[in-house]
Amino acid sequence: MNLTATMIGQSIAFFLFVAFCMKFIWPPLMQALEERKRTIADGLAAAERGKREQEIGEKKALETIKKAKQDAAEVIALAEKRASEIADEAKLHAKAEAERIVTAARAEIDQEVNRAKEQLRAAVSALAVSGASRILEKEVDAKAHAQLLDSVMKQL
Amino acid sequence: MTGETHTSSEYITHHLQNLTFGRLADGTWTVAHTAEQAKEMGFWSLNLDSLGVSIALGVFFLFLFRRVAKRATAGVPGGLQNFVEWVVEFIDGAVRGSFSGRNALVAPLALTIFFWVFLMNFMDLISIDYGPKAAELSGLHFFKLVPSTDPNITFGMALSVFALVLYYSIKIKGVGGFLGELTMQPFQAKSIPMKLLFLPINLFLETVNLISKPISLSLRLFGNMYAGEMIFILIAVMYGASLLLGSFAGLLQVGWAIFHILIITLQAFIFMTLTIVYLDMAHQEHH
Repeated sequence: MNLTATMIGQSIAFFLFVAFCMKFIWPPLMQALEERKRTIADGLAAAERGKREQEIGEKKALETIKKAKQDAAEVIALAEKRASEIADEAKLHAKAEAERIVTAARAEIDQEVNRAKEQLRAAVSALAVSGASRILEKEVDAKAHAQLLDSVMKQL
Repeated sequence: MTGETHTSSEYITHHLQNLTFGRLADGTWTVAHTAEQAKEMGFWSLNLDSLGVSIALGVFFLFLFRRVAKRATAGVPGGLQNFVEWVVEFIDGAVRGSFSGRNALVAPLALTIFFWVFLMNFMDLISIDYGPKAAELSGLHFFKLVPSTDPNITFGMALSVFALVLYYSIKIKGVGGFLGELTMQPFQAKSIPMKLLFLPINLFLETVNLISKPISLSLRLFGNMYAGEMIFILIAVMYGASLLLGSFAGLLQVGWAIFHILIITLQAFIFMTLTIVYLDMAHQEHH
């Protein structure tokens, strides 16, 4: 084992290899490793964020449902109130209408009665005139006795 | 396996001889044909096999990781990217655990050291005869397949790490701070004469401490791998002895190889961790 210039050759090769490794091998490999580490960290953070967002979303959904239920109950109560109001109104309206009809009918009846009375009076007066003329066997001057007849008619 | 004409010791020395390229005494540049020739070449020669295999493995490592790095996605990773990411995260964790300073160099340095040393050690698990045999077929005399059993390789790396340690020590603490670290501890004094008295002792201790870092770093890896290789060679020698010893050697080889998987990984990891620790010490300010 004698030491020779091989030593120097090996030294030169050693420095060249180390320089190459330092320039072209180590940095890209470390960069890839770092990048992967970052990607994984980002992914985990994103998952965590997603989970939190989902929780918030669920809470929000529950709140929305609760509010919707409340709103629906209010609407139903309102509708029921309104329905009963409408029913009451209709009842009132119907009653008024009925009264109106009844009153109108009564007025008509009165009118008819009056007319009938009027006719009856005319007929009775005519009958009285013709009966009296027959009894008297003579022509009664209608014009002369009109005043008398009118007073008779009014007594009826 | 050894030929008829080879003895066991010839076989072993053959397996431990590097393929050396250098200048012979007569002035010609050539590949050494014998161990004596290789020795004759002195310092200015190259172990072609160690250097070649080591650089090839380094390039393979860079190619593999670069391929993944180029198309690395932050999405779902494929099989190879998964493996590369696992290695990178393991290294990143080790660096974060032992290195307290801020330096973009340390993590890629640790990754390169770990994977490169691991691959070089891994060559130990390839049967020891494959390398020399393949070399023989292509006309070469020697071939050592495992670069980390060559002290040149481990020293080369350890000295490079040492250079980085010195560079960062001086860069972070300044020349004064670095020299102060060498001379003002471990023995500390309040008065100037006492400081001067302790100075040589401190300098001696700290220098030994400093120098021991690259030496222990390289010799630990070299020693472990060389010993492992040696045991593989000795087991291989047993194959030629007899049928009974041969089959026992087979068992031993499997056992040792399985155990060695642990060792090669562990040694690569230790080399990396100590590099990180030394650099961390270089970045720390002492008082």
